[in-house]
Amino acid sequence: MKVAATLTVNGMAYPVELDPGTSLLVAVREHVGLTGSKEGCDDSECGACMMLLDGKPVNACSYLALQAEGREVVTVEGLSAGRELSPLQAAFLQHGGVQCGFCTPGMLVSATALLADNPSPSEDDVRIALAGNLCRCTGYDGIVKAVLSVAR
Amino acid sequence: MSVASFTSAATVDDALAALAAGARPVAGGTDLVVGARQGKAPLPERIVAIDRVAELSGISELDGALHLGALATHSEIATHPLVRERFTALADASAIVGSRATRAHGTIGGNLMNASPAMETGGPLQCLDASVMLQSSRGSRWVPVAELFGGPGATTAQPDELLVAVDVPAPAEGTASAYVRLEYRRQMEIAVVGATAAVTLAGGAVSAARVAITALAPTIRRVPEAEAALESSDGGEAAVAAAAAAAAAASAPISDVRASEGYRRAMAEVIARRAIEAALARGRGELVPIPASSGGTG
Ligand SMILES: Cc1cc2nc3c(=O)[nH]c(=O)nc-3n(C[C@H](O)[C@H](O)[C@H](O)COP(=O)(O)OP(=O)(O)OC[C@H]3O[C@@H](n4cnc5c(N)ncnc54)[C@H](O)[C@@H]3O)c2cc1C
Ligand code: FES
Ligand code: FES
Repeated sequence: MKVAATLTVNGMAYPVELDPGTSLLVAVREHVGLTGSKEGCDDSECGACMMLLDGKPVNACSYLALQAEGREVVTVEGLSAGRELSPLQAAFLQHGGVQCGFCTPGMLVSATALLADNPSPSEDDVRIALAGNLCRCTGYDGIVKAVLSVAR
Repeated sequence: MSVASFTSAATVDDALAALAAGARPVAGGTDLVVGARQGKAPLPERIVAIDRVAELSGISELDGALHLGALATHSEIATHPLVRERFTALADASAIVGSRATRAHGTIGGNLMNASPAMETGGPLQCLDASVMLQSSRGSRWVPVAELFGGPGATTAQPDELLVAVDVPAPAEGTASAYVRLEYRRQMEIAVVGATAAVTLAGGAVSAARVAITALAPTIRRVPEAEAALESSDGGEAAVAAAAAAAAAASAPISDVRASEGYRRAMAEVIARRAIEAALARGRGELVPIPASSGGTG
């Protein structure tokens, strides 16, 4: 059975037809066509798929897309203003927070959620907020420094 | 099996009608959907999403008692001022569930109904005498949390019953509590071994005590022998040691990928002691940061 639904992603409404078991990640990548969010583990361990749902971080691989109908979804594509990187994105480049880049979309989304809640996090706050995002390249230091560099 | 039907309930009545017709509820999906992704169990054939039912959300206070809607999330619970001040063990527990994303969407109703013997909030809720309201199209009933757990992953609720709310009575004057788990990392973890203590102090002596063990038996449960060792004592070293030993003696742990039976048994005493010491310290007005498990860094 397919269900017709409308997903609001980065402020745009997208009509989609989904099997009810479809994850938000698959809906956004394959039906909406925004492929910035990645699939690492597909079961809530790695955070590569992290999106914001009404402003709160969600593991999109393990969230039913139909539960997101009528809510605001934000992906990494929604963090920049066109080609203009957000200060956080620029800081990731500056501080060596990006190597292969696979974890980066999820890291940026989790860090954006943290900074919205707490504009002046401590290093420990940053590490706790990013604990659900795994990175196998950077050793995390560049990422943590990048987030702290845009904290107020 | 693929999901044949999905509905989103707007009201409790909608949800109850769907459950009566054989649907399973999904709230945050952090157990149900994650379990399906991990291959533990396929998604149910019929799903009713309850995450928009306004009647099921929110945390409120009435005469010092705590009322949690089934949809109260771990992040809402862990940051709620009354929970932190008076129901501290529950704040300790919700503060360490999963990651930020897990806490933002995972609910108290889902945590309880998933009924893992290692889940975080069951010990605190039992020690704080909480009850849940179960409702179906046939009526509603209150069930003490201790009687909700039927075994690993099983509750005593009927399939058509919705957990609507969790009520926790006002703790007696002078009561303090703590929940501590053994964890290999601070986040993205679930208790290897856990213990809860709630103590009521009157004039320097322990007038009432509650101790519960987590991930040490088929269900989270209280340990009356540990409680007896603390009650009417001065809460000193000898009483704490006796209570912790009683908690370990009551354990019947299993071996799994996370720990062997022997290791769990050995750690039961250590973790029970830490939980009791943290509750006593809070009762004496000393600062033990939330969560008690990781020195307040969660
Ligand atoms: C990465 C990760 C880490 C985690 N870490 C922890 C941890 O540290 N400690 C811990 O305790 N848990 C942990 N969990 C488990 C989970 O997040 C919690 O148990 C959470 O509270 C479940 O709530 P939910 O709303 O997401 O439940 P759902 O997945 O929506 O539902 C869980 C079960 O309860 C049923 N249900 C849900 N709501 C109701 C209701 N109102 N009435 C009747 N039945 C209902 C569902 O049908 C389902 O069977 C973790 C999960 C993940 C993915
Ligand atoms: S892909 Fe979603 S958490 Fe790993
Ligand atoms: S940069 Fe490669 S996983 Fe993080």
